Amino acid sequence: MLAKRTSAAVSCVSNPLVGKVVGPRDLANETHNVERCFLDLRQLANAVISDELISLPWLGFITADPRRVEGRCTISALSDDTVIAEGDVIRIAPKARYVDVLYRRSANANALFVTERCTNFCVMCSQPPREVNDRWRITELTQVIDLIDRTEQWLGITGGEPTLLGEDLYHLIRACGSKLPTTALHVLTNGRRFAEHPYANQAQNVHHDVTWGIPLYGDVAHLHDYVVQHEGAFAETIRGLYQLARIGQKIEIRVVLVKDTLARLSKLASYIRWNFPFVTHVALMGLEPQGFARANYEAIWQDPADFASKLEDSVSILHNRGIRTSIYNLPLCVLPVSLWRFARRSISDWKNTYLDACAHCRVRDECCGFFSSATKHWISRAITPISDLREVSP
Amino acid sequence: MKFKSSKDYQGDEYRLLPIRFRRLPWERDRVFASSLSGQWTFLTHDELRRCIQRDRPPQQSLDDLESVGCLERSPEQHTFAPLLSQLRTRMARLTAGPALHLFVVSLRCDHSCGYCQVSRQSPDASRFDMSEETAQLAVERLFAWPSPTLTIEFQGGEPLLSFARVQQIVKSIVKRNGMEGRELRFVIASTLHHLDDERLEFCRKHHIQLSTSLDGPAELHNLNRPLPSRDSYERTIRAIQYARSALGHDAVSALTTLTRATLSKPEAVIDEYVRQGFSSIFLRPLSPYGFARRTQTRSAYTIAEFNEFYKRALKYLVQLNTVGTYIEETYATLILRMLLMPQSHGYVDLRSPTGAGLGTIVYNYDGKVYPSDEARMLAAMGDDTFCMGTVFQSVEDWYSSPAMRVLLSNGVSESTPGCTDCAYLPYCGSDPIDSYARSGEPAGHRPSSAFCRRHMSLFDLLVELLDRGDSDTQRVLESWVFRQPLHEILPHAVGAN
Repeated sequence: MLAKRTSAAVSCVSNPLVGKVVGPRDLANETHNVERCFLDLRQLANAVISDELISLPWLGFITADPRRVEGRCTISALSDDTVIAEGDVIRIAPKARYVDVLYRRSANANALFVTERCTNFCVMCSQPPREVNDRWRITELTQVIDLIDRTEQWLGITGGEPTLLGEDLYHLIRACGSKLPTTALHVLTNGRRFAEHPYANQAQNVHHDVTWGIPLYGDVAHLHDYVVQHEGAFAETIRGLYQLARIGQKIEIRVVLVKDTLARLSKLASYIRWNFPFVTHVALMGLEPQGFARANYEAIWQDPADFASKLEDSVSILHNRGIRTSIYNLPLCVLPVSLWRFARRSISDWKNTYLDACAHCRVRDECCGFFSSATKHWISRAITPISDLREVSP
Repeated sequence: MKFKSSKDYQGDEYRLLPIRFRRLPWERDRVFASSLSGQWTFLTHDELRRCIQRDRPPQQSLDDLESVGCLERSPEQHTFAPLLSQLRTRMARLTAGPALHLFVVSLRCDHSCGYCQVSRQSPDASRFDMSEETAQLAVERLFAWPSPTLTIEFQGGEPLLSFARVQQIVKSIVKRNGMEGRELRFVIASTLHHLDDERLEFCRKHHIQLSTSLDGPAELHNLNRPLPSRDSYERTIRAIQYARSALGHDAVSALTTLTRATLSKPEAVIDEYVRQGFSSIFLRPLSPYGFARRTQTRSAYTIAEFNEFYKRALKYLVQLNTVGTYIEETYATLILRMLLMPQSHGYVDLRSPTGAGLGTIVYNYDGKVYPSDEARMLAAMGDDTFCMGTVFQSVEDWYSSPAMRVLLSNGVSESTPGCTDCAYLPYCGSDPIDSYARSGEPAGHRPSSAFCRRHMSLFDLLVELLDRGDSDTQRVLESWVFRQPLHEILPHAVGAN
């Protein structure tokens, strides 16, 4: 687990700055628009740090010794030195005593966070929405896209609800397409806005490799509407799914395994298989103990040990139809062995952790582990290290 | 933050949408309930009654019915998008018009099969050949239909005895299609006995598929399909191999006709299909036409007898599949596909509105046009009721013919007595010509209809297997439906449709 923010001393900054971290390897191998880069002096040998190099118009410096570049913008005294590394895109701001990592080269997943606002209010939301004006994010993200590695394979777009950006969402996606032509995009949206024909139509040809990840929490209206706390959301999401399918978009359905959804999980799988066989992926997802989820523990938590067979049925129903199916966020030891092939290491590394018990587990490296926010009552009673693979082989 | 409970979104109000149901013959207090578009669920009869009568309806039953499109809770929350999408998918075929076009190039044949549906003529009776002019007009009419895909199937008699006509028609269609750009598929239904290198080369060049008859191992095949030389089986097998070597394995398919002699030997017939490398077999009973009717006493059997045969055959097929031999039963697969996914299918004999005239057109050797093969067989027996017209007329004329009016007013199950309330309606078809042939009345009479009895028992059988078949059987059926290898089909609890 590697945090995305670390406290630091920041000097000589009058505006928020977004820039890319340049270290020894990139310095030698690539040409840079130095005005948009922070030079990371921490990793550079003294011999390399010439006056000539320093005098270039770098956006700033990351250094343990700010005196070396007096009068220039500096980031120093990082409480965790490993948070920022070469290739990352970071943000600093006046008076903020920290650095935010907006893109991390070494991460297993990077996402553009486009807004805190949302039209749903999900009972297990790990990123509770806030009604704020955060249009500034678009401007900032446009800069970020410029700085992301062109070799990046995968980039998420998330919120909040990205479609609240309206046309700007499409502008942003187009920008990704032109700046990062080989990067696949994954947009997390509740899909409701696509129920509007004209808005959905604009998604056509907006990008050559975009998947729309849309959550569905029930096969009946009241169930989904309850989970997202919005009457009528189900109907809009369903219509949105059909609209996106009509214009040939790639769609992923995401099912978060809250207690009420679990009660009808295999029916939901049948519903998807019958109505949305065109989806490219279905992800069945364990809870992230964060945000509203913590407040609603009683209402939403069920121990995975108690729904294993239900999960098996649901995966089979989808898989048999040829629908690619994955299980996210559930450790292998709580799953029947028959489901291991569907389980993914789904937790972003900056919030991923393992338990002491995992130290001697034989399948730790194939396992998603836990959210670092998982306290004791979010951990299944079935957790046990797999010590002998023969015991579990089918 | 304030969260509402799940109850707050449930509400007490609900509205019933059209529901059709059937008590399960194997468990009379449970029902199979289906929606307008054919999505379905099981529930107990009492649960269904309480939902319909609003007598303490169980929440779970309301949910199950809502999920499959039989009920809506509040209009503010409900969407008809899935139901409409399913209906649209199922009815998509109607907008395209007939896609299957049968060209009867000749009635001549050298076989004398007892069950022949066609009233064949002797090999030298050339007045039963289609003329060049008739063929040319038929091709003109073919392109009057809007369907983007056209399947052209040559039938007889034995089409290979009139191969020059087949060539003329294929060439003429291909030429015309240069402008039309339809997706073409050619099939010749033949014994294949009269294939030669030149004919095969023509088939190869135009990607023509061959469909032949194989009734089982030698003794059964030769019994059913007599030749003076008594070697129909040997010739057929040789021809299948010959054709495959020239056109590829999958270019040759086979159909089996089941006579009384076959009924006691399902395993032998299936084994023969496996031996010949076929991955599917179509087990269908005799139809009441042509020579088939005249020789009924010898080869006929009751629907009950057929069903016994079919069950045994299905069991054997499942057994073969579980030990690694992929072979599917075509009709079970067709019906299960409709039970497990909303889809339109190419099979014209099981559609509502009827496939006769709406899905298929027959261009007879004499220039007359019929809405189905069965209609032209009735005509061959002296009853021209279903003649739509001739190739000298326009397709608009054919559609305003009295024959078509009879078909349209009797060929929609939704408005046919006995069908309209049937839980299996979304998966079944309407066949007014069959009704007429059997009972003299195109609307038909369901309680005495062999078509109905056969299909009811077939639906019951397949639905029962979905409900309580053993895991192996259910997995094999799903592997047929979803076209996946059996080892990729995982078991799951029943009740999931």
